[in-house]
Amino acid sequence: MTAVHHADDARSTGTASAPLLSVRDLRVAFQRKGEPETVAVDGVSFDVAPGQVVGLVGESGCGKSVTSMAIMRLLPERGVRVSGSVVMDGTDLLTLSDAQMRERRGRDLSMVFQDPLTSLNPVIPVGLQITEVLRRHRGMGKEAARKAAVELLDRVGIPDPRRRLDSYPHQLSGGMRQRALIAIALACSPRLLIADEPTTALDVTIQAQILELLRELVEETGAALVMITHDLGVVAGLCETVNVLYAGRIVERAQRHRLFSTPRHPYTHGLLRSIPRLDSPQGEELPAIRGSVVDNVPWTHACAFAPRCPRALDLCREETPAGETSGGRLLRCHNPVPASAE
Amino acid sequence: MTTTWLERRRSRIDDVAAGRSLGAEAFRRLRREPAAIVGAIIIGLFVVVAAFAPLLAPHDGGQAFPQLQENLRPGNIPGPQEGFPLGSDQLGRDFFSRMILASQQTLLVGVLATLIGLVFGVVIGTVAGAFGGWVDTVLMRVTDVLLAIPSLLLAISVAALAASPSQTTVIIAVSIVSVPIFARLLRGAMLAQRNSDHVVAATALGVKRPAVVLRHMLPNSIGPVIVQATLTLATAILDAAALSFLGLGDADPGRAEWGLMLAQAQTYLDVRPALAFYPALAIILVALGFTLLGESLREAIDPKGRR
Repeated sequence: MTAVHHADDARSTGTASAPLLSVRDLRVAFQRKGEPETVAVDGVSFDVAPGQVVGLVGESGCGKSVTSMAIMRLLPERGVRVSGSVVMDGTDLLTLSDAQMRERRGRDLSMVFQDPLTSLNPVIPVGLQITEVLRRHRGMGKEAARKAAVELLDRVGIPDPRRRLDSYPHQLSGGMRQRALIAIALACSPRLLIADEPTTALDVTIQAQILELLRELVEETGAALVMITHDLGVVAGLCETVNVLYAGRIVERAQRHRLFSTPRHPYTHGLLRSIPRLDSPQGEELPAIRGSVVDNVPWTHACAFAPRCPRALDLCREETPAGETSGGRLLRCHNPVPASAE
Repeated sequence: MTTTWLERRRSRIDDVAAGRSLGAEAFRRLRREPAAIVGAIIIGLFVVVAAFAPLLAPHDGGQAFPQLQENLRPGNIPGPQEGFPLGSDQLGRDFFSRMILASQQTLLVGVLATLIGLVFGVVIGTVAGAFGGWVDTVLMRVTDVLLAIPSLLLAISVAALAASPSQTTVIIAVSIVSVPIFARLLRGAMLAQRNSDHVVAATALGVKRPAVVLRHMLPNSIGPVIVQATLTLATAILDAAALSFLGLGDADPGRAEWGLMLAQAQTYLDVRPALAFYPALAIILVALGFTLLGESLREAIDPKGRR
């Protein structure tokens, strides 16, 4: 644990430097003819410094994946309206042409997807899927790319990498597939890696290995990592800064240890309390957040979480809470949990 | 020495570990399917006969023999005899040799028509599936129109357009009929691939659009089209035979072709039914062979059908 904290401190000094990625007022709305538009992401802003690990946490449907797809510009153009800005290296990715964006994908910013089986092309050997990216962005020859691919597979901990180059995805285990996907994503040493629930499809021991691998690689290459997850355990082990998303807005943002020790937003508070603990008294019922995500109200004239919130006031149902920043911490709540509550 | 269950199991595990491709896996399943084996044997025999037809045929197919013509009169066509296993045809030629030589024509027409149809169908299907939008709409409406016409009727219309009937017009007519089927099938599979995880993942890595289409979408969509091609071969052979039967094929009476032979045998059905029976049997057998293999191939490729 001490080693982690040490690395934490080393990197947090870098947080002060100019951000690598700066997302401002990102809004994604899905439109369908004759229906009001559905706003999946509503004014999300966050920064990622070089080498930093930032978490984007929330339950299903809160807009985490849509945020990552919008940053990568992978959303379909028809029926989707994206506004705001996603600035990387002084350029707004949202204003680039398709060809310019394609040039950057895989080279400057890259993505690891949730399901390693379906995210690999089933009819092409794994090695070819790595060399394809190397040859595309690095202009490598066939042999050089193959050599680099062996090194990459070796680096992500795949045994006998030379032989595995010719393996098809269905011949690899789940963990190996995810390692291969990570190798592909990191092939061109991108400075930003977005990992969208990279461990959800894996079993627990493999999850831990993959997270450890991601942490090592991020430290080694100095790439920034945006970690999208619904798993607070993943956040606890990896992220420096954590953004908690609810219904398309960031409701709380704080440094990891501050968020875990003193959650201020009732939603974050509820999430943390609903994690089973080994040291809790036997027979005690696990606290849960009541209701489900369908109980949301629109943010327009209320707090979206109000119907499920144990601390909801009348004000919460009448006025949208503004995001307030104090001491490096963002909070969007009329009636936050007192700082000394836990 | 007999192998135990455990040993067989182990060798199976070794096979998987050895890294066999999807194709090898499909072939392994195919080998255990009786229908596939029967189909493969029929097609194998047919191909061998067609390839070595001039060597296998005891006589020249176009030549009339005096000893057969001797007994040839309006009420009688000579049956099997010494040197002529299937007897004479209506002009005193060796029927057996003509049956064998005809296999070449059938194979040529069937394979060429299917290949031409496959190429055009794959191009249209790929373009429609990859681009979508109005390109897709225009291409698919045209194929819809072609699909709406019964296939044989369409083939007849196309063949009838030609100034003079020939082998080439038969091939073109039969291939045009198969184009919309291939195009539709591939386009559907391509559309399904478009939003699949690995295509999005390839896009997220900056892979260029043509490479995404040709390397990631097309190879994952082509399976059902290949299966359809084997099935189309069967119908192409039937359609080509039908066109010849209707007099829309090559009119040269010296040419041996099963469909044409069947048509000519009509007049002599009461005199010598064997003249109609053998060409019909040959057409049915070959079509059956391709259908059996095609159906088994479909099951072998389909990942959901794994047993």
